[in-house]
Amino acid sequence: MAALTAVRSSTKLLSGFNVAYRSLIPGSGLPGASVRPRLQLQPRWYAVSQLSVQERIENKRKAALVGGGQKRIEAQHKRGKLTARERVELLLDSGTFVEYDTFVEHRCSDFGMEADQNKFPGDSVVTGQGRINGRLVYVFSQDFTVFGGSLSGAHAQKICKIMDQALLVGAPVIGLNDSGGARIQEGVESLAGYADIFLRNVMASGVVPQISLIMGPCAGGAVYSPALTDFTFMVKDTSYLFITGPDVVKSVTNEDVTQEELGGAKTHTAVSGVAHRAFENDIDALLNLREFFNFLPLSNKDSAPVIECQDPSERLVPGLDTIVPFENTKAYDMLDIVRGIVDEREFFEIMPNYAKNIVVGFARMNGRTVGIVGNQPKVASGCLDINSSVKGARFVRFCDAFNIPIITFVDVPGFLPGTAQEYGGIIRHGAKLLFAFAEATVPKITVITRKAYGGAYDVMSSKHLRGDVNYAWPSAEVAVMGAKGAVQIIFRGKENQAEAEAEYVEKFANPFPAAVRGFVDDIIQPSTTRRRVCRDLEVLASKQQNNPWKKHANIPL
Amino acid sequence: MATYRVTPALHRVLLTVKHVSFRSSWCIVASRTQYSTVYDPSEKTFDKILIANRGEIACRVIKTCKKMGIKTVAVHSDVDSSAVHVKMADEAACVGPAPTNKSYLNTDAIMEAIRKTGAQAVHPGYGFLSENKEFARRLAAEGVTFIGPDTHAIQAMGDKIESKLIAKNAKVNTIPGFDGVVKDVDEAVRIAREIGYPVMIKASAGGGGKGMRIACNDEETREGFRFSSQEAASSFGDDRLLIEKFIDNPRHIEIQVLADKHGNALWLNERECSIQRRNQKVVEEAPSTFLDPETRRAMGEQAVSLAKAVQYSSAGTVEFLVDSARNFFFLEMNTRLQVVEHPITECITGLDLVQEMIRVAKGYSLRHKQADIPINGWAIESRVYAEDPYKSFGLPSIGRLSQYQEPLGLPAVRVDSGIQEGSEISIYYDPMISKLVTYGSTRAEALQRMEEALDNYVIRGVTHNIPLLREIIVHPLFVKGDISTKFLTDVYPDGFKGHQLTDSERRELLATAACVFVAAQLRSQKFEGNLRVSTAQQVQKRWELSLKLDKGIHAVTVLRSGSTYTVELDEKRLDVTSEWNLASALLPVTINGTQRTMQCLSRDASGDMSLQYLGTVFKVRVLSRLAAELSRHMPEKVPEDTSSILRSPMPGTVVTVSVKPGDAVAEGQEICVIEAMKMQNSMTAAKAAKVKSVHCKAGETVGEGDVLVELE
Repeated sequence: MAALTAVRSSTKLLSGFNVAYRSLIPGSGLPGASVRPRLQLQPRWYAVSQLSVQERIENKRKAALVGGGQKRIEAQHKRGKLTARERVELLLDSGTFVEYDTFVEHRCSDFGMEADQNKFPGDSVVTGQGRINGRLVYVFSQDFTVFGGSLSGAHAQKICKIMDQALLVGAPVIGLNDSGGARIQEGVESLAGYADIFLRNVMASGVVPQISLIMGPCAGGAVYSPALTDFTFMVKDTSYLFITGPDVVKSVTNEDVTQEELGGAKTHTAVSGVAHRAFENDIDALLNLREFFNFLPLSNKDSAPVIECQDPSERLVPGLDTIVPFENTKAYDMLDIVRGIVDEREFFEIMPNYAKNIVVGFARMNGRTVGIVGNQPKVASGCLDINSSVKGARFVRFCDAFNIPIITFVDVPGFLPGTAQEYGGIIRHGAKLLFAFAEATVPKITVITRKAYGGAYDVMSSKHLRGDVNYAWPSAEVAVMGAKGAVQIIFRGKENQAEAEAEYVEKFANPFPAAVRGFVDDIIQPSTTRRRVCRDLEVLASKQQNNPWKKHANIPL
Repeated sequence: MATYRVTPALHRVLLTVKHVSFRSSWCIVASRTQYSTVYDPSEKTFDKILIANRGEIACRVIKTCKKMGIKTVAVHSDVDSSAVHVKMADEAACVGPAPTNKSYLNTDAIMEAIRKTGAQAVHPGYGFLSENKEFARRLAAEGVTFIGPDTHAIQAMGDKIESKLIAKNAKVNTIPGFDGVVKDVDEAVRIAREIGYPVMIKASAGGGGKGMRIACNDEETREGFRFSSQEAASSFGDDRLLIEKFIDNPRHIEIQVLADKHGNALWLNERECSIQRRNQKVVEEAPSTFLDPETRRAMGEQAVSLAKAVQYSSAGTVEFLVDSARNFFFLEMNTRLQVVEHPITECITGLDLVQEMIRVAKGYSLRHKQADIPINGWAIESRVYAEDPYKSFGLPSIGRLSQYQEPLGLPAVRVDSGIQEGSEISIYYDPMISKLVTYGSTRAEALQRMEEALDNYVIRGVTHNIPLLREIIVHPLFVKGDISTKFLTDVYPDGFKGHQLTDSERRELLATAACVFVAAQLRSQKFEGNLRVSTAQQVQKRWELSLKLDKGIHAVTVLRSGSTYTVELDEKRLDVTSEWNLASALLPVTINGTQRTMQCLSRDASGDMSLQYLGTVFKVRVLSRLAAELSRHMPEKVPEDTSSILRSPMPGTVVTVSVKPGDAVAEGQEICVIEAMKMQNSMTAAKAAKVKSVHCKAGETVGEGDVLVELE
């Protein structure tokens, strides 16, 4: 007990907030607490010699490595899940993990928790820093084998420590979540721990990238930490996210629902939009996370990373000249355009199963990370609705926060009409996307591939919202609306509607009205798009733009 | 809102730009053709020719026209408006919507196009209108030259019974059999006995294997007669049947003939076309390994005498069956530029057959004497199709060519194609991608080049038959020349299963996969100008990996020095060298000194990799040993089958439903079209299957998630 206290008090807390909170715990704040017992035990300390401390260190370290013990590790494996340490090992470059707080133990003394068999060095989370492809990252990995990964005061404190340091040095934080929830034995201390983490999530937001990978249960208040981070990924079949579990749901709303239906990977990636992507299993998820990490800058002070590129930036893409169908009511796959243009056809799509009428994700152009936003004509004609606006807006803001240039591909017939949308607040949600594009100061390149109608044209990174380079393909049609609708309004009740329509098409269903006004900078041959965009990105790399000073903007949430 | 059309102004913008970009590439293609167009400017032919076809044959005809200074007019359906042949031609006319009977077979629209463009002649290519007597007559009536044989020759050779009689009279060997229409079952049995079993019962009007039956006894003859006449009636509206001797294990060898309107005719040697599936040719070569000069001359002379007998003019093909004793029998005459094989004849003779057709059509005499026709070297041709060779040696597949690169950088390779990157292989037309021809001074050289050409051919986005082609050309029986029309079914009795790796090939594949993995790992650490990458980290020199191929798991160690990787696996060491350009579609590697061209089709973060090696695509999973070790804890996933139910992804109106219960659909085939927001969305089958039930009909409105069609 004495040794534990000593360790605890030597753990320097980095924020004043936390020190104040810590001093409430009896004994720990008193300097004498660590000195007095040592004096009493002095004769024995001399007797056991220095070696025994060494032995105890070794023993603790060994104990820390097996977490909750071999039996629980086997149970974890049986569930198809890896242990907290195995996960960290797979995620980081081999041999780079530097662990913090191996000796931290929980401080609960109620309900028999003070007993030795209930103490685990490191408690229910593994924390530290390491490298992914040589780049620094801070990691915490919750250990389900120790009290079901539940969050104790000590657990929270460990997480807070690495988050604080990540902010100091400017490096991303990756959380591997696998926790049953609050440590009920600790009561309010556990809740305080959550709040400490939330606060740091918020403070770190926009400063360093934060990524959550849900690899087991994550319920109750715990869900808000992933929700506050930039990206939430899940593992299929073994991870859940919900505010209240199926039992509570049943008792409150009388709904019968399984864990998987309520908060499984499928629900959150396709229905709720809470998670950004799901992977097959732990290994798949961790390997993909490594790949994903390579797209991100380390902090908001770093520029978007540039990786060695073997795909010629001047490469023509002949397939794009024929990709937009001649009939303008026919769909095509925007992903074909994206894959054709980016380096090596490699596109890390974010939220591929949610609001599929907009496509967002990361790719590289001449090695440099770019954020791609594109309307998807294949789904609901690529219209903007509530979900797609929110999806797009969040992505654009992430890119803007972390200096990632945004390339926008536009083929949008407008906002989706209907009572469902209006009652759902499409005005408010659509405004988010508009807001995000307008406030973004990173390089913005826009390519209108076909339709750019109405307000949706304005929204989609138009020239008017400070688009740096705006292109139109020959198939582009920038107009207030489709010809038929327009003609019905302009020539209401008049005859010769067909003729008027043809005239309207001739006049407006082409890129010229926008081009003659300078709303697009050039009409380009689709096959040259890659070449043009790569050159533009090079030019725009030194772009400097500042918005007026403000405490923060007021995005219509 | 409206259905919009592309404005004329915009159309012009598109066409001009496309035209410019196209020209440069065409010159390269032209310089690689393996025939010479000897063009005499003083010899006037036509000012403008309309090509009533699409795809590679239209492109082929246009190429020769350009060399001869003839202006060209392409016709196209609306979906083909940006096809290669349209861009190549000087002018283009749309002749209707996608279905062929409304466009490429629409004689009214094509006649209109001829009038509008002032074309003086029409080249029909093959298929479509090439053997349509009515079309030839209408052209004649308007004074437009049909570049092909005269109507009466088409007619005479189009009917199997009539053509056989003519052939017999022209002293051409014919298959022993009954030369008339068989009246009934009893007569069929009597005739069959007279000829001697086995016999072949076939429809007089038939073709393409329809209405054909083999009978080995009386019972089978009765049955075959009934089935064949039913099939013939339903397929051709003509139930006349004939019976002839069935030639077992025959070769299919055909003679190219060329005749003018002045009674001159030449034979341009043979083509060996025995490698077939479902009576369609797959690999051809010229000359044949089987013919001796005497047989060749005898076949050639008979072919010429047949051509003369029907006053044939233009290029044509006389097909023969050749038995193991080199007895040959007339099969039929194709009255057109033969579908696919003509390039190999051009390769070995040096003639431009399209040019000769145009000259002959104008009325010029042939410039060559029989003695002038050489056999120079050897030419092999593979028909590259968008089809899945693992299903009955090839079932059509459709899709968009997301990447497409012809192996034109190699010597003595000719590719006749009518598509390019971005082209759509649709259900409306033939799924042929190209005719890939290699040429060599010897057969071995031509075959070697074919191997390289197939390995260097990049086709992505559609399933293709290169795995099968690549296997055929290296099969010991094929290499020996020991083939027959039953080659595929004899060699692959249980269907084609892809290349079967030998131990050393497996090692090469695994070693390459391991190296690609390592190269990718190394590259993902190469951040440029980034000062925040750890300097403490040493560049790794040794990797312990675990590779999974099919069910086998292999421990692999990779050691790196420069661009050479030393791979240790299965107690063997392999040195693998390459530029390791991970962006390139081709992956040339040198393994222990041997050069190989592989293709890395896909590679993802999870370690899954698809490598094309020796034509076949192999799926390999590469993991670090740690990840592989931990994989044993990962749960087995039972893939959820969502492919059998097609749901509406959005609320909308059903425009068309193109299937009915019981129909077989291919993966990616359109099932119905839903219109929402004035946009038509094509709903396609997620797998090849039979349609179980259809829950929607045209004109109906559907909600999001409504079941449209269920597959079995």
